[in-house]
Amino acid sequence: MNRANGSDRARRGSLLQISSVWVAVASTVVVFAALALIIVNAPGWPKVKHAFFDPAEFRAYFATIGHAFVLNIKIFLVAEVLILTLAMVLAVLRSLPGPVFLPIRLLAIGYTDLFRGIPTILLVLLFGFGIPTLQLSHVTRDPVYLGAAALVVIYTAYVSEVYRAGIDSVHPSQEAAARSLGLTRGQTMQTVILPQAVRRVIPPLLNDFIGLQKDTALISVLGPVEALQRANLGSASEFNYTPYVVAAFFFVLITVPQARLTDWLIARDRKRQMAGGRV
Amino acid sequence: MSNAIPALVCTDVHKSFGKLEVLKGIDLSVDEHEVICLIGASGSGKSTLLRCINLLEPINRGSIQVAGQEITAPNVDVNQVRRGIGIVFQAFNLFPHMSVMGNVTLAPRKVMGLSRSQADAEAVELLDRFGLADKRDEYPDRLSGGQQQRVAIVRALATHPQLMLLDEVTSALDPELVAEVLNVIRELAAGGMTMLIATHEMGFARDIARRVCFLDEGVLLEQGPPEQIFSSPREERTQQFLQRIIEAGRM
Repeated sequence: MNRANGSDRARRGSLLQISSVWVAVASTVVVFAALALIIVNAPGWPKVKHAFFDPAEFRAYFATIGHAFVLNIKIFLVAEVLILTLAMVLAVLRSLPGPVFLPIRLLAIGYTDLFRGIPTILLVLLFGFGIPTLQLSHVTRDPVYLGAAALVVIYTAYVSEVYRAGIDSVHPSQEAAARSLGLTRGQTMQTVILPQAVRRVIPPLLNDFIGLQKDTALISVLGPVEALQRANLGSASEFNYTPYVVAAFFFVLITVPQARLTDWLIARDRKRQMAGGRV
Repeated sequence: MSNAIPALVCTDVHKSFGKLEVLKGIDLSVDEHEVICLIGASGSGKSTLLRCINLLEPINRGSIQVAGQEITAPNVDVNQVRRGIGIVFQAFNLFPHMSVMGNVTLAPRKVMGLSRSQADAEAVELLDRFGLADKRDEYPDRLSGGQQQRVAIVRALATHPQLMLLDEVTSALDPELVAEVLNVIRELAAGGMTMLIATHEMGFARDIARRVCFLDEGVLLEQGPPEQIFSSPREERTQQFLQRIIEAGRM
């Protein structure tokens, strides 16, 4: 309409926005209510509720499993630092150019192929039971360290591939620009390629970090009482699975904030670099 | 001709990418303080020649000397050579994760070993000279194309090169932003900078170059003062090229 003026249009715009919010809320409520109804009305629900979601059990095991979960946190924090460092070395080695470095590249490729292929739990068992059997005098027999070492070996293979994808995603013109200024290959890698590469792969890095956090539970097969092992013991003595749900609760509890933090970091970085961010 | 050592001498430079021979024996000598424009169609080898001079591409045959030193000889310190040669690219190639200051001070700090404060002071002076003083803390993606390209020029100047190579530095710019970049280049020329400029801006070439070289399919077909090349080119290919430029309204 010709007579429609600016404020009319603005009002219609904001009305549209409000109504779309209501649509989102309504559809979410309907979907989740339907899901809840289906589960609660299932014939076996009372049994499941008792076996997995017993409030008394939940309260009883919350503190003990929370306490055991501290070991998981320690393991994945230390392991992650090692993984990020070693994977970076591996990725850089694999991107070395020229025929001279072929053996190094082949070794790096062999490493990733091997340890991405081995099931994690197998390597945990192999390290945890195999290394002590070797009876080496200066090597630890502590299952926590051996299990963590297996996780480091496996995740280094994954994370180095993530880094490599990031390195490959930086356009060759960036390297040309840096080299043209007289920077060496190493300086170019360090100051120009890697900073851009790492920024681009933060989401997949976090993905692998969360995977690592969950896989710390695999160390339970070697015996250390971390969260899952504690839940094992609990459920065995109570004939109830609620302790497992408690353990799951702790794993979810720490991963969700990390995902939000990463989203925020990426958004901040983008805003700083992109046009129009600051007016 | 002066009897000083030429700033740049290319002798029989050949370059192939696989089976495709891009440079078929280029001979070119550039005196100190001379400004030379390379013209020619896309794919004629202009960019490749500049990249070879900067040692970004190894040459297959021939030699390149800069200020009397053969830079294509084996065992030459390429990083040392590149310090003395500034190159500016068509697509700017600024480092997006660094501020303007970060971009400009990177080479002085990492390559020349200047302290941060020294590098900063020099960078501020250069940025100021090219009207970019207020952009020092901005990130490249927030600048206009013209500003980005000026920053790229300043970045190349920061290592005090004796020779500047400009590779179609205005081709990626909106028409209204071309002038600000060309003015920077004019200022450099006025300051006596030796420059080898690949360009499609014929008006600019006519006005700034002491010599214009026409490249055609990897061969330096014709060279001479701009008046002669633009008004009475000898070679038929040059005439055809310039005719197409005129038809496209670019001259």
